[in-house]
Amino acid sequence: MWTAVITIAALALIAGLALSYASRRLPPASGDLVEQVNELLPQTQCAQCGYPGCRPYAAAIVDDAATINLCPPGGEDTVRRLANLLGRPVLPLAEHVEPAVAVIDESSCIGCVHCRNACPVDAIVGAHQLMHTVIESECTGCELCVAPCPVDCISMRPLR
Amino acid sequence: MEFTRRQSPYWSARVAVPSLMLQVLAALAPAALAHVWFFGPGFIFNLLVATLFAVVGESLMMHLRGRPPEHALADYSALVTAALLAFALPSLTPWWVTATGSLFAVVVAKHLYGGLGFNIFNPAMAGYVVILIAFPMHLNLWVGPRIGDIDYEYLSVLQTLKFTLTGTLPDSLGFDAISRATPLDVMKAGLNNMKTVTEIRANPVMGDFGGRGWEWIGNFLAFGGFWLLIKKIIRWQIPAGVGAGLLIPAGIMYLIDPGTHPSPGFHLFGGATILCAFFIATDPVSAATSPKGRLIYGLGIGLIIYSIRTWGSYADGVAFAVLLMNMAVPAIDLLTRPPIVGHEQAGNSP
Amino acid sequence: MSAPTYDLGKLHGGLRLPAHKAQSTTETVQVVPIPPQLYLPITQHVGEPAQPVVNIGDRVLKGQAIAEPDGEMGAPVHASSSGTVVGIEQWPVSGRYGDRAPCIVIDCDGKDEAMPRTAVADYRSLDPAEVLLRVLDGGIVGLGGAVFPTAQKLMQARTLETEYLILNGVECEPYISCDDSLMRERAGDILSGAQVLMHALRIDACYVVVESDKPEALQSLGEALGELGDERIVLKQVPTIYPSGGEDQLVQLVTNRQVPSGGLPTDVGCLVQNVGTAAAVHDWIVDNEPLISRITTVTGDGITNPMNVLARIGTPVGDVVEFTGGYADRAEHLFIGGPLTGKSVSTDRVPLVKATNCILAVFKSSFAGRELPCIRCGDCAAVCPVQLLPQQLFWYACADNEQKLREFGLTDCIECGCCDLVCPSHIPLTADFRIAKGRILELADEKARAERARHRFESRNERLEKERQEREAELARQKESAKEAGPAAIAEILKRKKQRSEDD
Repeated sequence: MWTAVITIAALALIAGLALSYASRRLPPASGDLVEQVNELLPQTQCAQCGYPGCRPYAAAIVDDAATINLCPPGGEDTVRRLANLLGRPVLPLAEHVEPAVAVIDESSCIGCVHCRNACPVDAIVGAHQLMHTVIESECTGCELCVAPCPVDCISMRPLR
Repeated sequence: MEFTRRQSPYWSARVAVPSLMLQVLAALAPAALAHVWFFGPGFIFNLLVATLFAVVGESLMMHLRGRPPEHALADYSALVTAALLAFALPSLTPWWVTATGSLFAVVVAKHLYGGLGFNIFNPAMAGYVVILIAFPMHLNLWVGPRIGDIDYEYLSVLQTLKFTLTGTLPDSLGFDAISRATPLDVMKAGLNNMKTVTEIRANPVMGDFGGRGWEWIGNFLAFGGFWLLIKKIIRWQIPAGVGAGLLIPAGIMYLIDPGTHPSPGFHLFGGATILCAFFIATDPVSAATSPKGRLIYGLGIGLIIYSIRTWGSYADGVAFAVLLMNMAVPAIDLLTRPPIVGHEQAGNSP
Repeated sequence: MSAPTYDLGKLHGGLRLPAHKAQSTTETVQVVPIPPQLYLPITQHVGEPAQPVVNIGDRVLKGQAIAEPDGEMGAPVHASSSGTVVGIEQWPVSGRYGDRAPCIVIDCDGKDEAMPRTAVADYRSLDPAEVLLRVLDGGIVGLGGAVFPTAQKLMQARTLETEYLILNGVECEPYISCDDSLMRERAGDILSGAQVLMHALRIDACYVVVESDKPEALQSLGEALGELGDERIVLKQVPTIYPSGGEDQLVQLVTNRQVPSGGLPTDVGCLVQNVGTAAAVHDWIVDNEPLISRITTVTGDGITNPMNVLARIGTPVGDVVEFTGGYADRAEHLFIGGPLTGKSVSTDRVPLVKATNCILAVFKSSFAGRELPCIRCGDCAAVCPVQLLPQQLFWYACADNEQKLREFGLTDCIECGCCDLVCPSHIPLTADFRIAKGRILELADEKARAERARHRFESRNERLEKERQEREAELARQKESAKEAGPAAIAEILKRKKQRSEDD
């Protein structure tokens, strides 16, 4: 009886080790996994994750170069969905951010177009020497326009 | 005047899971008494051991999952699993065999999948199969029914208890003296030895339809099953499916060649057919959910039981049949989805 | 022209429920006296809130329009009695579960002076389109509880070919008996309203449908129909199954047609109106009285004397209950509506409005215990009138799987509560589905935003890329032309430069 117990236990141990090696080393299902990951990201193109846009971050996630919890606008929902898709553990968000939109103080705006060029989704309209304004419905809250403004007339206003 | 608010609807169901489970146990009770009457007190000991380990296993798992054990124990599903396992085992079973089955059923087949409602496989059957494969010798040790004209020795209550606890028989008795093959075993062995059904039926363990003693247990199980049907605790599709899947091929083969194929009556009252049809296959968690799906599920189980009994090497195929059809349930559910009202344009008459 | 007889269609699922209606129908409808103050919410209908057309301090007469619809979907609100407008303010309303909404508050002067009414032409002499327009002014909305503006519903039906008018006297939800009382006492007016509707929409066939547990109503309607002698109207009895009174379910039951998912009964040629709405149409078009009162059932274990009452719209619910004899000792919850689809309100200061078909006060003790995991028994699917799979919807709602929820028809759920009533694990399915519906709208919204942002981002990248390429092309071209022109051009340029500097 004991030989049976030891044999079965040993087989189970070997199988377990083999599976855990495989899950670490072998790549997951290929194809357009990057596209699938990108679909789950909120497309704010804000670069808060450290990558210049959502698709580069998606590619980094698939390559296992980045963890899945770096996207603040995506929130915990996105972390959970990425975890489900990729079979990775759910991690707490690296950083929390309140949903917000950018607002230009029109009385201070000098029409320099720096913010307009900075916006990754073209949500700011304006031309040289003319008033700029943010299209609120298209603003993703990425904050990339705040820094370039030379007169500090852009601020973030929480959405609620 | 001020009031507290609640979400509608403000009524809730009158039925509840714990009471459903208790009613299933109640339906099993007459058959349990018959079992003790015909086959001795071993059943009671098996039941106690199975229940003990089921409860212990469930409490342990709930503790490991970080939840209060009462949340799982209060729905009495562990008791039902233990009872069904006890029915599946011979009355002379050492405690470690029953314990293994019971623990596997509750810990692995139920809680490792997520607990009540999340298990894919029928826990009692999964536990039974583990015992069947790990302790095959013990599952061959069936006692004969205590009917006067069958000549063999039977054990007293204390001797049975001693066997349950230690696995040893009294010195004066050997296994040959106290055990008899089950009717299904006898039938299979006989057919393999090229005897005819009539010859096999002459064996004293055989009764009018199935085995003696076993037939009575089958009757009581059927009463319990019909009572559950009347109370709408189970629906007719699964028992009907199992019955049809098993008895129709049996009937056809019996009509073609009664000499080498036992009658549908034998199949019905032999082995765990009735127990399976009304109590095992009807476990809602591991069965299909739509009415059509349940018929298919039941039919599949019946057909597989027939196949294993006739062409397989095991005497009874209930446990394997149930587990195999459990695997098919997601596919069955997917294929038998009813059309949502308003989605089928063709249904509208102008 | 007689109404064709159709065999009853079949309704999937549904439940036979204990009615609890006898307790409130032993007497005739009692009239609640005019309260000292009326609170009239400006939104008593589906659609945009109506806009007040009176100011604080104005004296108003009974039946005077005090709020007019703003936008396409809405209905006017009329003063239910004469008095002075003392406020246009936030007040608890039943539509928001006891939270506040804008209401016009009228101090009643007790005189109940009505607006001077000009004589109104017989509707039969009017063009159907004119009748429709008149309905709009009466403030009539669906009185079965849905409060959809009746005029808009009729106008929509007019654009399609409507074969049948179905009057809904089914009233399948337990406890509620206001329609039953109306049918017993004002059967003639209901049928007259049906005739008005048939005239306005040029419909030739009408079914008045009543559940079989209302023999008095059936008798009353039968007698009135006999007196009326209109062969186009047929009285039909249906079995007492909840929720046969739902609009789509009733259409299926009476005409055996399925209302398409996301569609309306008018898509299959049927127009459904509650019997109360029909009576209100009669009151306005024939008798020139706008919608200022309705019959409401006051019932439940928490009410001392259950009964049906006729109350002015705007009467605080507490006043109505007091009129009937007050609360029984242990009333803990107050619902506006029935036990399955009603709204739980936090206070009885909420006014009785057009949607108030029932005031239900109950004890606390009748609620369920702990929720257990789903045991996949399938009973919920067996009773769902829309043939959904509540079990699957529950799993997908827990998983937040928007796509599967849509696929399995969550948006078709009518929130009837049948699945809750059979679930042995006591899972609050209907509440979970309500939350899930909100969730999938939210998720769809998020997805649409993300899609837009991604599209803009990609367009921007393309544009920048294009500009870069153009710049490079331009540079390359200039280089080329400079090379071609060669030394001669350079000499030319130098000569010009020298000349300029000589000129300076």
